[in-house]
Amino acid sequence: MESPVLKVESFCASFGEHNVLKNITLDVTQNKLTAMMGPSGCGKTTLVRCINRMHELIPNASVSGKMLLHNEDLYAMSPIIARRKIGMVFQRPNPFPTMTIYDNVIAGYKLNGVKKSREEFDKIVEESLRRAALWDEVKNVLYRKGTFLSGGQQQRLCIARALAMRPEILLLDEPTSALDPKSTSHIEELMIELKETVTIILVTHNIAQAARTSDFTAFIYLGELVEFGPTQKLFTVPKDKRTEEYLTGKFG
Amino acid sequence: METENLFFRIFKDRLFKLVVIVFSFASSLPLLFILFYIFKNGIAVINWQFLTQLPKPVGEVGGGISNAIVGTAILIILSSICSIPLGICTGIYLSEHRTGKLSYAVRLCVEILQGMPSIVIGIIAYMWIVMPLRTFSAFSGGIALAIMMLPIIVRSTEETLKLIPDSLKEASLALGVPYYKTILKVIVPAGLSGIVTAVIISIARVAGETAPLLFTAFGNPFMNVNISKPVNALPLLIFNYAASPYPEWHALAWGASLVLAVFVLTLNFFAKMMTKKWKVQF
Repeated sequence: MESPVLKVESFCASFGEHNVLKNITLDVTQNKLTAMMGPSGCGKTTLVRCINRMHELIPNASVSGKMLLHNEDLYAMSPIIARRKIGMVFQRPNPFPTMTIYDNVIAGYKLNGVKKSREEFDKIVEESLRRAALWDEVKNVLYRKGTFLSGGQQQRLCIARALAMRPEILLLDEPTSALDPKSTSHIEELMIELKETVTIILVTHNIAQAARTSDFTAFIYLGELVEFGPTQKLFTVPKDKRTEEYLTGKFG
Repeated sequence: METENLFFRIFKDRLFKLVVIVFSFASSLPLLFILFYIFKNGIAVINWQFLTQLPKPVGEVGGGISNAIVGTAILIILSSICSIPLGICTGIYLSEHRTGKLSYAVRLCVEILQGMPSIVIGIIAYMWIVMPLRTFSAFSGGIALAIMMLPIIVRSTEETLKLIPDSLKEASLALGVPYYKTILKVIVPAGLSGIVTAVIISIARVAGETAPLLFTAFGNPFMNVNISKPVNALPLLIFNYAASPYPEWHALAWGASLVLAVFVLTLNFFAKMMTKKWKVQF
């Protein structure tokens, strides 16, 4: 059994008086896809935003517990360093509107002022776009604005942008909720390919999507981790009554 | 009865449409009349000499307004240097901190400043700068105009940056980009067309201001590029010459009015083009 990439230990998060996450403990395995599933408002998005510390943008957010990346405390390092190690893709595609496709992919380097030669950047752009299965579609329009692409392509561009930083973990926060079915299946295929090379944490409210793509599934309900385990097991023989009820559509 | 009623309703409908069209046409009439009048009276004196020569003493024919054109340029440059960085930074602050006591106070102050009569701003600049330095100067005029430009730039920058979706900021922060770089390299470029438009509009707004310059830039019949000395400006020249008893000076004032009007119109036109051309799609 390999050691987990990310260890979450009795983690709690709250915004002001409101406790959003209660005592979450789970391990994320290397090069596997872990899905966070649960009804709206259950705290699954908050959990992944706590992983790369994006929750800190909200005033009066506070956390307790531990979040270890390769046994290194994420909360002991600067959020800037933590975010470079953990890539994130959001619900709605958000390429930088002022930048070309090429610049969007290397935005992480450009905006941080990392200097590299043209050849190195060319290599990163091609590699990242290939990994995001977008290269063939955009290789001739690299210098057009990223916003000219379709929604699904934009989302893959955002995935390429996150991959370009060579993150240890890729967080996908409902990456298909703003896309049509065809783009959705594209992104799902992509996620399955990508987990060979990068650890993925997927937030989804779509039970079928979690079943199709993930290796491990966490079911979160009202800020509590109800059940966590291998996807196949959780979907076929759920231990908790609430998981079973959620999976059979009794609530959520 | 039924049909009569219907005719009457159609008539009311037509009448309303007609009234709307007539009124909207009427509201564009003043501008057309002003432009027509200025062109009619001003175009006769406009020539190369008018733009490049200094004013001549009363009684001599010819002469130009070169000192006022240069003076207005100096005043605009000075006020832009003072107000643009300050205005944009304040606008960024207000759009980033939508609630809070300080941003509330700043927003309130800027709003009140926008409504401040321009003559009052002129007097303040006189008290603060002209009196201690014991001389009228281009510098004091530039400051007075900068105070007028400031609220326009602040408000427009704030409004522009507020429209930029938060998702863009999140995208940048999630890549590990520090906050200040996110603002400077992602948020400001995305709102650049709006900010540049605001700057141009604010310049167009103050280019024709006379009142704040009366006690500050003061006016000067000679060419001056020293910012610690009084300078002439187009609106000051128009004010002084139009109030004079000499017909030759009246003609110069009309010519200067035309130059000023064309300048302001061009800026406004340019601002409109800028908004269209640089529009960023999210």
